[in-house]
Amino acid sequence: MSVNFALALALGDDALIAAQRLAEWSTRAPEMEEDIALSNIALDQLGAARLLLSYAGELEGAGRDEDALAYLRDDREFRNCLLVELPNGDFAVTMAKLLVLAAYQVPLYTALAGCPDERLAAVGAKARKESAYHLDHAALWVKRLGDGTEESHRRMQAGVDQIWPYADELFAAWPDAPVDPATLRPDFDDTVTAVLAEATLTVPEVGWTPAGGRDGVHTEHLSYLLAEMQVLHRAHPGARW
Amino acid sequence: MYGNDFPGEDPPGGLLGEVEAAEAALRAAAARDRGAAEPGGDLAAYFAEVVDADQKIEPRDWMPEAYRRTLIRQIAQHAHSEIIGMQPEGNWISRAPSLKRKAILLAKVQDEAGHGLYLYAAAETLGVSRDELVDLLLSGRQKYSSIFNYPTLSWADVGAIGWLVDGAAIVNQVPLCRCSYGPYARAMIRVCKEESFHQRQGYEILHTLAHGTPAQKAMAQDSVDRWWYPSLAMFGPPDGDSTHSAQSMAWKIKRFSNDELRQRFVDMCVGQAEALGLRIPDPELRWNDERQAYDFTEPDYDELMRVIKGNGPCNRQRMEHRRRAHSEGAWVREAAAAYAAKRAVKEKEKVAA
Amino acid sequence: MSRQHTPLWEVFVRARRGLAHTHVGSLHAPDAELALRNARDLYTRRQEGVSIWVVPASAITASSPDEKDAFFDPAADKVYRHPTFYEVPDGVAHL
Repeated sequence: MSVNFALALALGDDALIAAQRLAEWSTRAPEMEEDIALSNIALDQLGAARLLLSYAGELEGAGRDEDALAYLRDDREFRNCLLVELPNGDFAVTMAKLLVLAAYQVPLYTALAGCPDERLAAVGAKARKESAYHLDHAALWVKRLGDGTEESHRRMQAGVDQIWPYADELFAAWPDAPVDPATLRPDFDDTVTAVLAEATLTVPEVGWTPAGGRDGVHTEHLSYLLAEMQVLHRAHPGARW
Repeated sequence: MYGNDFPGEDPPGGLLGEVEAAEAALRAAAARDRGAAEPGGDLAAYFAEVVDADQKIEPRDWMPEAYRRTLIRQIAQHAHSEIIGMQPEGNWISRAPSLKRKAILLAKVQDEAGHGLYLYAAAETLGVSRDELVDLLLSGRQKYSSIFNYPTLSWADVGAIGWLVDGAAIVNQVPLCRCSYGPYARAMIRVCKEESFHQRQGYEILHTLAHGTPAQKAMAQDSVDRWWYPSLAMFGPPDGDSTHSAQSMAWKIKRFSNDELRQRFVDMCVGQAEALGLRIPDPELRWNDERQAYDFTEPDYDELMRVIKGNGPCNRQRMEHRRRAHSEGAWVREAAAAYAAKRAVKEKEKVAA
Repeated sequence: MSRQHTPLWEVFVRARRGLAHTHVGSLHAPDAELALRNARDLYTRRQEGVSIWVVPASAITASSPDEKDAFFDPAADKVYRHPTFYEVPDGVAHL
């Protein structure tokens, strides 16, 4: 299978699972305005997922469309990073996840926008603007929570500590891909370090760096997420919606 | 913005034209001369004249205290309904059966949050704060539309809510675009324009199901069977039992009676149900040539009263959900306020230095 | 105990180049930066290329020939006295 297919699938799965988690906040956000903002970000991720999965299906040439890929694969066939499947936790954990994801997606999509594959380049060009907004939103909240009250500082630091180990997997070398994620790490480090410093937070020590998502070896959480996401679609094989 | 996935057909009902007419009337009335009463003269006479001329009362105008209280109650309950109304549909976002449907539903529920905020803002122009209104909701002292106390048990319920519940809401709301209170009328114009998408997406979901597999069609019919009468009850008690109606009509807050709107809704739905190939669960439903309207079975108003009093299937669950979101978000709101306060101090120091 | 109220902001949007900023409504936010982000999400629903102003409602001084403050409420500085929901300029549907 082509490396472009593999990349489209991996990035499409990242976006899809991120959207599914973010959408869980709908009706539950800390403030009504934030409910709207989180839904916007979920919609952006879902939009990118649909473009990427549709394209992956075309590259594969086996007749699978976005829905076949989203609803009819099992967890071992998903290629998303572990970060996006982690449960939302409290608002601080969600903002830590969003900060790491967006700080990775901004340089990723920017690089993708300049790659030779026109379809991937088009997705990159569209999604990088959206990711810049997500990064802005996450940074804004990480600063407020980090430098807000004692409680919010404690929760925000705990969120960063919990999420930080999962950042490593995002930058695993993939030398033959249209964009090698390993090359994006310095950009990511600059962005995140600056935000955490302004938020009066400490960059955690890296010891444990879980990975495996790109090979289809996930956390226990993904199977539950998919069970819920896929239940209706799978209950009516072949139906149109 | 998020409506681009829809097919290009017109929404059932075609009430959008009335919204636009209301908007045009608002502008025309604003440009018209009124009678002789001066703003400095008899306040009550001035108020009455503005209302009679179909012009709008604005936030800083004098108004009868009861007018203000009625509006606050109505707009707030409308806002609460938008916010609580996110839950029954939000229940299916995670399980939406295609990525396209997931995107549309998420955008729709998001729209409802936006409508709630527009309406809270309109209520605030009457001298009440959003925090107070949210407290009134969370403490159960103000109500929201009873329809949202029914459960969404299948995907088809998302369609039925769009078609019947949003449809009934639009029939109720379109006349409010002509309400005598300016901020409410303008908010409703905006809400109605966005709502037309909602009704359309619900209708399309049901249409797809009704023309799908036998299991899908059965799901759609079951859903219409459960949502029909609660939707009729959305127009409120029959005119004889309605407590606030007469005064609200005189003030042009309300333009039609509960029963008039209910009839209008039934007449609209019959043809739409036929086009769907679904049955409205009312054996008495038939055209009355004399009245030039459909005869139909009234909803169970005792049930409506039970649900309003808090004993519908989901009252407790909906309130608990909203209270939990509010209380679990408290530390975030406090953090944002603390951060803003720190920044304000720093800015002052900068200016002083 | 009095609780902390999140400040109210008035939102003005320039829908297209060449048009003036127009009042579109209000919202609550703890500070200007968040107010601006919220305004974008609430009042422009992700339309790009528009310019947004947010102004603390408390910073607006209003006059109106019809106003009847003495009968309305004695406090002249209440922030809720804002004429919210002015019309959106023509051609800016879905703003």
